[in-house]
Amino acid sequence: MEEPNKNGMDRRTSLKYMSGAAASLASLTWVGCETPEETAEVTEHKHAANEEMNISEADQKLMEQQFFTDHEMQTVTVLANLIIPADERSGNAADAGVPEFIEFMMKDQPWHQTGMRGGLRWLDIESMHQFEKSFFDLSEKQQKQILDQIAYPEIAKPEMSQGGNFFNNFRDFVATGFFTSKMGIEDLKYMGNTANVWKGSPQEVMDKLGVSYDDVDGYEFA
Amino acid sequence: MQIKESSTVYDVCIVGSGAGGGMAAKTLAEAGAKVALLEAGPMFDSAQGDMFKWPYQSPRRGANTHRPFGEFDAAFGGWEIEGEPYTRVAGTEFDWFRSRMLGGRTNHWGRISLRFGEKDFKRKSVDGLGDDWPISYADIKPYYDRIDKMIGVFGVNFDPSLGLVNEPDGHFLPPPKPRAYEMLVKKACDPLNIPVVPSRLSILTRPLGKRAACHYCSQCNRGCSTHSNFSSPSVLLPPALETGNVTLITNAMAREVLTNDEGLATGVSYISKDDNMEYTVRAKAVVLSASACETARLMLNSKSSRHPNGLGNSSGMVGKYLMDSTGGDLAGVFPQMMDGIPYNEDGVGGMHMYMPWWIDNQKAKLNFPRGYHIEIWGGKNMPSYGFLGGIQNYNAAFGAERPKGGGGYGTQLKNDYRSFYGAMVGFSGRGEPVALESNYCEIDPGVVDQWGIPVLRFNYKWSDYEILQAKHMQDTFEEIIDSMGGKLLWNKAGEESNYGLHAPGRIIHEVGVARMGKDAKKAPVNEYCQSFDCKNLFVADGASFVSMADKNPTWTILALSLRTSEYIIDQKKKGNI
Ligand SMILES: Cc1cc2nc3c(=O)[nH]c(=O)nc-3n(C[C@H](O)[C@H](O)[C@H](O)COP(=O)(O)OP(=O)(O)OC[C@H]3O[C@@H](n4cnc5c(N)ncnc54)[C@H](O)[C@@H]3O)c2cc1C
Ligand code: SF4
Repeated sequence: MEEPNKNGMDRRTSLKYMSGAAASLASLTWVGCETPEETAEVTEHKHAANEEMNISEADQKLMEQQFFTDHEMQTVTVLANLIIPADERSGNAADAGVPEFIEFMMKDQPWHQTGMRGGLRWLDIESMHQFEKSFFDLSEKQQKQILDQIAYPEIAKPEMSQGGNFFNNFRDFVATGFFTSKMGIEDLKYMGNTANVWKGSPQEVMDKLGVSYDDVDGYEFA
Repeated sequence: MQIKESSTVYDVCIVGSGAGGGMAAKTLAEAGAKVALLEAGPMFDSAQGDMFKWPYQSPRRGANTHRPFGEFDAAFGGWEIEGEPYTRVAGTEFDWFRSRMLGGRTNHWGRISLRFGEKDFKRKSVDGLGDDWPISYADIKPYYDRIDKMIGVFGVNFDPSLGLVNEPDGHFLPPPKPRAYEMLVKKACDPLNIPVVPSRLSILTRPLGKRAACHYCSQCNRGCSTHSNFSSPSVLLPPALETGNVTLITNAMAREVLTNDEGLATGVSYISKDDNMEYTVRAKAVVLSASACETARLMLNSKSSRHPNGLGNSSGMVGKYLMDSTGGDLAGVFPQMMDGIPYNEDGVGGMHMYMPWWIDNQKAKLNFPRGYHIEIWGGKNMPSYGFLGGIQNYNAAFGAERPKGGGGYGTQLKNDYRSFYGAMVGFSGRGEPVALESNYCEIDPGVVDQWGIPVLRFNYKWSDYEILQAKHMQDTFEEIIDSMGGKLLWNKAGEESNYGLHAPGRIIHEVGVARMGKDAKKAPVNEYCQSFDCKNLFVADGASFVSMADKNPTWTILALSLRTSEYIIDQKKKGNI
């Protein structure tokens, strides 16, 4: 599905780029690399990498609005933690800020709202039918009994298909929220997003895939 | 309403500062011409880009709410821009991508930098369809050579034994070594006789001039703070501005080209987005490089008694023969790549290996003309918005013992995400459409944009040629994924979806709406991209293309812009313009 796209740039961003760029344009700045010789060494690069969040005024406004009711937020949190629980390598979804991320996305991309609100409601109704309590108030064992009916599309019963669809979407939100957090990125052992010199994949990686650079030894590489 | 006119008369007014406009500005200014450069977008310098940002530095984790390729992408603009609509003739499709910023789309393009080959300029002679260009590869080769050296591009000259006769040699920096998974593709493709070779990207693997070598952060689409990859504002505009001959006017939306009683261009009128006022810039020559369709729009909107069909449109061909590359994709997940060994696999921002078109359609008796190349993507990218979405579609097939079908939750699912991370490889075909007069853009008689400028209406339909080519792509991708021992990540596209062929415009290679030719009745511009009807009007973007190739267009846009700019200088010296 093609998502509606708002104007490419808000005024704030535009001003940021203009004030920064206008001053330096006549002789564009080459950050951290004074001469070509210096640049051969990757350690010469200086980059303004920081880990602060840049929150625009518009985003701040979104954050101040509330979409989920308190009960919904509790349900989102417990559901997200069932999907990504803590283990010896990392924390759970809530530790990684997943509920806050989902709350933000509901306002940032409002076309998700109906499916999300309706899905949480579906979950509560189904829990009421089966255990006479809302999903949040069930024991963990009961919650998992519900999830077992919707979390595995291949074996889910047709009458549970709406719940299954909701769960698929919700699981995608949780995966993004968790694995794009600092905790999740460390959990995955992603090692990039840093200046370095590429020398090819390590031998052990090549060996694991059963490939060899001998197959390209006719080329001269950087 | 008052129109502000300055008394300065520039030698040249250039509209647009992207690939075509940037090259024209540099070439003309260095030759001493006084240049006014109009750019509809704001200033941009990629030194200010978001190169090293982490997804968690955004409350939307980099989602594409405001920018089509995600929050950190350098693009200001997209397929839809508020206040700048366009329309389509019912039953036809075209999605028009526009960047609105200094440097245009060169800030966040893929930097795949391929020359057109000998056959690409003479397709009609090869298969009888479309038209031959009025120039041949030999005419443009010297310009390609100079651009390779001026801008920098990595790659290799292919061994003749590969039979890639339509992939010209170039002046290449050494390419980065392939990634392990790219070698896996090569290993599977060798027996299929599909060549997998080092790709050609305009990214510096060695320092060049004041520009540093790449430091392999893989974030080229965000803009490169060390200017190691090609964009117009990091490579072409600084030397242009250093001459002191360029007056750069940003936030200037050109409305029309002004002409005099003789029908010659006298300048350009524009709206300043800063104060919403109308201005005119006077110039002795005008170069349009606003991106192909916007250039056609300007020509069609510049009507006068001497040019009743629009400026330079006595042929009626402005807007006709619109082309975009064909595109289709398929991806697989590979068991041998699961539970991968952690390491930094970023490399350059783009593929290290690719597959040029490898078949001779006629000898192979294929049921479509023209070809496509295949781009490879995958591996251990920075986790981003949409991470392993739809895992239920494939975690049943591979992986640990599971009591139930795909999907799931809990510890088992968490481990699935870990083991599937980096185990995907995708293939994107990008191919040549056939130029058809019936694919065009024109002025919509009923709709204007927020400045009152009449907008474009598109009429584009894929023909069977492109659809059958897309089928061939899907079959090939499946064959490769099978040979690699993988499982398709989503279903192969079938007839009902034109075999996954993307809507026209989606590959963002719009070209061909003011094509060059020898005959003024059939083509708006001559072989130097000079208007037949208005000799001091030139186009310097993809508008002049007679046919597309299975190659991305920008290296050719740059070469043609350089050639046209030098022709302007020459004609000026001879007193012809
Ligand atoms: C995501 C993406 C990936 C791509 N990948 C590749 C690739 O790998 N290889 C390749 O060869 N090509 C690629 N392309 C295409 C490539 O970017 C274009 O071919 C190239 O930039 C075209 O140059 P241009 O000068 O015609 O237009 P642009 O670079 O778009 O520049 C046009 C400029 O004109 C300005 N403008 C428009 N209208 C007006 C007006 N009325 N008045 C004043 N200014 C105006 C715009 O703001 C813009 O700055 C890609 C594009 C995108 C978006
Ligand atoms: S990969 Fe290289 S060229 Fe691309 S942004 Fe990073 S440093 Fe620049």
